[in-house]
Amino acid sequence: MDLTISTDNELTQPETLIEIKALTFSRGSRLIFNNLNLSIPKGKVTAIMGPSGTGKTTLLKLIAGQLKPDAGEIFVEGLNVHKLKRSNLYELRQKMGMLFQSGALLTDLSVFDNVAFPLREHTKLPESVIEPLVLMKLQAVGLMGARNLKPAELSGGMSRRIALARGIVLDPEMIFYDEPFVGQDPITMGVLVTLIRKLNDSLGLTSVVVSHDVDEVLSIADYVCVLSEGKIIAQGTPKALLESNSDYVNQFVKGLPDGPVPFHYSDETYQQALQPGKTN
Amino acid sequence: MNIMNALLIRVAGLGASSLGVLASIGRLGLFLASLIPAIPYSFYRFELLVKQLYVAGVLSLPIILTAGLFVGMVLTLQGYYVLVDYNSEEAVGTMTALSLLRELGPVVTALLFAGRAGSALTAEIGLMRSTEQLSALEMMAVDPLKFIFAPRFSAAFIALPMLTLLFIAMAILGGYLVAVGWLGVDEGSFWAQMQSSVDWREDVMNGMIKSVAFAFLIATIALFQGHDAMPTSEGVSSATTRTVVHSSLGVLALDFILTAMMFS
Repeated sequence: MDLTISTDNELTQPETLIEIKALTFSRGSRLIFNNLNLSIPKGKVTAIMGPSGTGKTTLLKLIAGQLKPDAGEIFVEGLNVHKLKRSNLYELRQKMGMLFQSGALLTDLSVFDNVAFPLREHTKLPESVIEPLVLMKLQAVGLMGARNLKPAELSGGMSRRIALARGIVLDPEMIFYDEPFVGQDPITMGVLVTLIRKLNDSLGLTSVVVSHDVDEVLSIADYVCVLSEGKIIAQGTPKALLESNSDYVNQFVKGLPDGPVPFHYSDETYQQALQPGKTN
Repeated sequence: MNIMNALLIRVAGLGASSLGVLASIGRLGLFLASLIPAIPYSFYRFELLVKQLYVAGVLSLPIILTAGLFVGMVLTLQGYYVLVDYNSEEAVGTMTALSLLRELGPVVTALLFAGRAGSALTAEIGLMRSTEQLSALEMMAVDPLKFIFAPRFSAAFIALPMLTLLFIAMAILGGYLVAVGWLGVDEGSFWAQMQSSVDWREDVMNGMIKSVAFAFLIATIALFQGHDAMPTSEGVSSATTRTVVHSSLGVLALDFILTAMMFS
């Protein structure tokens, strides 16, 4: 079943930053990715979408080298991530920023120290230089006034914005967002949507957004890939995705409860379950 | 047929849990193999080590000192009641000091340390894992083994022998207060007999070797359980319990082995 909406040329025309080739990955007996191929263009916002449990976050961890694939290769800036030595992998990670779903701020450090953390670990900059740099990044996410707070004093949305400031403090070339909109109120969601787009354009980043929030993602993404059952079943521009006549894409984009992804967990009917000896 | 099935299920369950234990031992081995090369790094980042020494060592002081005082007092009291029947109550200082230096000091301090600092280590690392802080460190190109695990391991290694010495000193003070201050044992005999019968290498050093071995055991178990915890509140809770249970039993078993080797 090939539901590719746009031709592959559309994705390969711009310079490719991340290239995933024949990726296969499983957890226990469950196959998460089955011979997955994907190119992520440089300087664009690429969204990876799909229902919960399709392995979107796992894909980010594979790209960042935190997980090893069963088969296949992932190239970032032409480097095979899983063949790199630990020191080279860490060097590459300095060019990556990651916004975790929970923010993942270090709880024993203040907001300021959290954002300053990568600078203090990877540069020999004096504090007199670190301070304006950190304040600049905090200002970019609108939370300079929260610099003395501890992570426990922040709301979920604020944590993510601080984590975003931390993610961009080393001026990375690419940034990965893991479900950035989950559980956010409409105002925070709007702020995050604007930030992702603006930061991508003003800092010349390459952004990969993993999400299942259709409206928000389609409003900022240059390219969208839809994952299902370990494969990309549709990819293209947001406009192409919205105009797709694929049942699966329609169900996903419009949030229909039943369709190619069934509403019921199993095929067993209610009547069958009520038969004597069948109930628990 | 039903009995056969039930039996097979039991055997399969036994097999599965044995495989689980073996897999856990394998993961522990791999964890240690990756942790040990990172340990010297904790001495390059002295500020991280000092912070962990404060958390594991200084914050454990109240419980260690209080426990030491009471253990010493009880030990002396019990010893006195036995020795007084033989008119040897002056030897109570010797008995207290040797019991503490050889056995009770290292063992009780290690048990208290496992409950106080070991459980805290597991809970902290388990929570860091469940809140993705360890993943975030990796993504920031900071090795959690060097930044998180190594300073905590080294701190436990340094803190436990020092806490043991303080526990013993406090317990001897407690013993002195009971024997000399309360029961009227001659002060000169109390100290002189203790001084003449305690051997530096045989008693003090062996006790310290035990303490270092217990520190290695507790730090390894606590850090591994935190690292291996399921990233849920239930997972962290059961990992913390496992740390206390495994460390305590491990300390007692290791103490028997070391005593058999040292004093045979």
